[in-house]
Amino acid sequence: MYQIIVFGPLLAALIAGLFGRQLGDKGAQTVTCGALILSAVLSWIVFFQIAFGHTVDHVTIMTWVNSGDLTFNWGFQIDTLTAVMLVVVNTISCLVHIYSIGYMAHDPDKPRFMAYLSFFTFAMLMLVTADNFIQMFFGWEGVGLASYLLIGFWYKKPSACAAAIKAFLVNRVGDFGFALGIFAIFMVTGSVDFDVVFAAIPGLQGQTIHFLWMDLDLITTICILLFIGAMGKSAQLGLHTWLPDAMEGPTPVSALIHAATMVTAGVFMVARCSPIFEYSPDALAFVAFIGASTAIFAATIGTTQNDIRRVIAYSTCSQLGYMFFALGVSAYGAAIFHLFTHAFFKALLFLGSGSVIHAMSDEQDMRKMGGLRKKIPATFILMLIGTLALTGFPFLAGFYSKDMIIESAFASDSSMAGYAFAMGIFAALLTSFYSWRLIFMTFFGESRAKKSVQNHVHESGKWMIMPLYVLAAGAIATGFIFKDYFVGHHYEDFWGSALFLKDVSQNVMEAAHHVPGWVVAAPFVVMVTGFLIAVYAYILRPDIPARFAGTFTHLYALFYNKWYVDEIYDFLFVNPAKKLGTFLWKKGDENIIDRYGPDGAAMAVMVLARKFKALQSGYVYHYAFAMLMGVAAFVTWFVGGAS
Amino acid sequence: MEHFPILSIITFLPLLGVVFVLMIKGENANRNARNAALWVTVFTFFASLILWFSFDKTTADFQFVEEAAWLGDNINYHMGIDGISILFVMLTTFIMPIVILTGWDVIKDRVKEYLIAFLILETLMIGVFCSLDLVLFYLFFEGGLIPMFLIIGVWGGKNRVYASYKLFLYTLLGSVLMLLAMLYMYFQVGTTDIPTLMQYDFDVNAQTWLFLAFFASFAVKTPMWPVHTWLPDAHVQAPTAGSVILAGILLKMGGYGFLRFSLPMFPVASVELSWLIYTLSVIAIIYTSLVALMQRDMKKLIAYSSVAHMGFVTLGIFAFNSQGIEGAIMVMLAHGLVASALFLCVGVIYDRLHTREIERYGGLANIMPKYALTFMFFVMASVGLPGTGNFVGEILVLIGLFKVSIWTTFFAATGMVLGAAYMLWLYRKVVFGELVREDLKAMLDMNRREILIFAPLIFFTLWMGIHPSTFMDFMHVSVENLITNHQAALAAVAETIAH
Repeated sequence: MYQIIVFGPLLAALIAGLFGRQLGDKGAQTVTCGALILSAVLSWIVFFQIAFGHTVDHVTIMTWVNSGDLTFNWGFQIDTLTAVMLVVVNTISCLVHIYSIGYMAHDPDKPRFMAYLSFFTFAMLMLVTADNFIQMFFGWEGVGLASYLLIGFWYKKPSACAAAIKAFLVNRVGDFGFALGIFAIFMVTGSVDFDVVFAAIPGLQGQTIHFLWMDLDLITTICILLFIGAMGKSAQLGLHTWLPDAMEGPTPVSALIHAATMVTAGVFMVARCSPIFEYSPDALAFVAFIGASTAIFAATIGTTQNDIRRVIAYSTCSQLGYMFFALGVSAYGAAIFHLFTHAFFKALLFLGSGSVIHAMSDEQDMRKMGGLRKKIPATFILMLIGTLALTGFPFLAGFYSKDMIIESAFASDSSMAGYAFAMGIFAALLTSFYSWRLIFMTFFGESRAKKSVQNHVHESGKWMIMPLYVLAAGAIATGFIFKDYFVGHHYEDFWGSALFLKDVSQNVMEAAHHVPGWVVAAPFVVMVTGFLIAVYAYILRPDIPARFAGTFTHLYALFYNKWYVDEIYDFLFVNPAKKLGTFLWKKGDENIIDRYGPDGAAMAVMVLARKFKALQSGYVYHYAFAMLMGVAAFVTWFVGGAS
Repeated sequence: MEHFPILSIITFLPLLGVVFVLMIKGENANRNARNAALWVTVFTFFASLILWFSFDKTTADFQFVEEAAWLGDNINYHMGIDGISILFVMLTTFIMPIVILTGWDVIKDRVKEYLIAFLILETLMIGVFCSLDLVLFYLFFEGGLIPMFLIIGVWGGKNRVYASYKLFLYTLLGSVLMLLAMLYMYFQVGTTDIPTLMQYDFDVNAQTWLFLAFFASFAVKTPMWPVHTWLPDAHVQAPTAGSVILAGILLKMGGYGFLRFSLPMFPVASVELSWLIYTLSVIAIIYTSLVALMQRDMKKLIAYSSVAHMGFVTLGIFAFNSQGIEGAIMVMLAHGLVASALFLCVGVIYDRLHTREIERYGGLANIMPKYALTFMFFVMASVGLPGTGNFVGEILVLIGLFKVSIWTTFFAATGMVLGAAYMLWLYRKVVFGELVREDLKAMLDMNRREILIFAPLIFFTLWMGIHPSTFMDFMHVSVENLITNHQAALAAVAETIAH
């Protein structure tokens, strides 16, 4: 069954990709959607079997590499964590596949698009089912490739190509850290299989590794290296720059890859490695710090962006920050719970924004929208549900998962807990503000669009709307239904050995149920505050935002220009690399090596040649001659020596 | 000779093909000559499959050994293969039919001579990997350059004289020093027999000099920084088939040389001078990657990327552990396929537009979807995406190296990022974008011959990446034996010093 779940999408991708022309658009769509529906249904079955049957399954397919004392296989390890991811990945992917039938209806390259989506799903499934680090890395890079191909799907647009390359390269920087982490793990444990590595970690406490002129704590170093990989994939502060640009790809891609699944791979990886991270409080504190900082940083940018999808992209970045600081305070269950609920409501928001964009004749700038709630009511209601779930409105999905994260941060005794809690509350305020800002700018007020666009506004077709209802149901209900299992009193039963806590009695998610009343109330209060500010600024006094931007020019510019991170990176890395490349080529290769090497010798020979006038262009024969002379000399020596 | 001389037959089959090609005359001489050459190389490949299937993977001894008196009493015609060299023999016989197909419609002048040059080259290359005698090895090793010169010099581009000249100078420097070292070894030991020399304990000081002399030759061939500048010029000027053979096989002779000579014969010097190899390799990876980033000529870019990849090979070999060495061999094999394929990808569009300038292209995905897919596959293989042979090789090299030197691994791994940068940039410029130029709009997608060329390369690149055991099972015992002997030699020297 696992084989069907994982390899079904691969097979579909190959069929649609290689024989798309023969199959036609319909054929390619049927094959890929069919495979994904099958995978999704089977995933739910697996989920109930594994998570509620309290089992862990291991499947070995075949040996991958075996060299000296290193062996790793192609195989699956299905525990509750994997089962949760299977459900998330396949459910969202299946819905996005169906949505794409409608969304891409006018695109000439439908088979290619469907093939990429299915290939992505396969790679993501390999990532979450891996039983060793190298196979995880396989999936890790595979989703990177799929992301690159899908961001650059409209390859005629230079901006799409640039965004695709940027996504791949920034992720490679993260992968660089991830790979070094794997090497270090193999060096100290002699294995890359999860079971063996995790069993060996407790014995390594207190050991050091010599690196960067220092003796660093071994486990902390490994964790930080792995986390650098997670930062790249999950767009955390420093390696986040690719995610907003990734919006160049078609909207279904953003929903699937850049909201619900791929970007959460980093969260999954840290949760999977909880048996390592638990032994390094410093690394956990670092994770919490980066997560909390990203949550607030991305939220500040989100408040100023005008592109509807970029707002949601920064929102994703910020929500991923929440997941990471949850991991950092050892609230692994809460992090995965938020991953799970977030997948539904963020995919809903993205696909909903796709429906808006579709209605607006491909316009993405919210300044040119407005007043859409009457024209596309279904999309409006669905987006509203997504927004309520995201901002943590009571009893919707985000309410349970995000509040749990904030409360866990409060209850934790990690050195970063206070910081994470404060940033979490503040980011919740901003989340509420920018989410409502989006809703108000898009759906309320007067339409600011051109007449031709206004006349053309229409509700999306059934292929696009149906998946949204399913996601909306998820955004409403998943929190309520699953809270007891993910973070509540069924915690240990549900997760089994999949998530590790060094000290089970210190479970912060348990402690989080007993925090003071004001901590429980705080997220709700800031959510309402954010809503009211947005109402005031975008409904009652629409002149306020412009005046605010005029008064706090620098602050606004800082947020609007995304804290100038791209510019700083260009200045620090990209331009120097280019200059150095040119320098090494022109000066190094041509001016030094060649000039004093072959060209210098050539000059000498030319001078000689002019003198003797004997050399024509027969270099080859001279060479052959020299060689034969050598051999002849050798043989002569030999014969002389032997006799 | 008690058994069937299979190695000699495989080695000299292409030479027999030369005779066939020479005899072909008449109206359809060119076509018939091409067919003859193709059948000869295909037949050679099938003959080499005999080796593949009857090879004994459980022993580190040389197999299919042939020995006959040759020059006097002490220099013999001695051939044999072990678990390392068989892979390179197979690589050679596998690539050759592809090489012949590459020039199929493209080469119009002196077709017979062209084919003859390649057939002779095949004999010499197989010979290199089968020789178990220094003199024999030297003849094959250096002899291979003569046809290569002709290929570049006669069928090359505008600047072919300069390119072949550079190749000549660099190689001459290396081969003279290697020849001197061989002379010394002969007088020291009294034989040129390679297995005997492997067992001989050279004096520690002499080892350093001998190592450096061999190093000069292998470093040029590999090529390592800073003796790499011949490679970009050679590639740029060579016809596509020449580039394929250069990248696919000739570059592997350096790495093979390190494994066959440097490590077993000069173990102490190898260890003592490993810092030199690390430094040069790391410089190669970073330096050539940065240079590749700025290239305007497609072939030059891929040539520089080859230098960077070969940096991984030398790093892996001098990690002295099984992951490092096996990884290095895998990198060589995978690079043999992938770099060949990349040059073929350049060749496909060069044949249509007759320029290699990156700026002249753009938007090919619009009209050449099959080409776009193929090129994408090999770009991804080149950047070491998991699932391809390159990944298996590189990850093993880095894992092996990490145990020995964390710093070196750290710098070498930056190649992961830089390599992706220049390859993706190249792909974007050539394949993505709007199709603007009129002459590009007329370009046709790959034809059946071209698909036939790429299909086996794609297939085996994936095979190596997904189930590398098929190939690695051959090398395990030989590599273990190499490492064991190496460590024993080091231990022996350490003991001598202790006393």
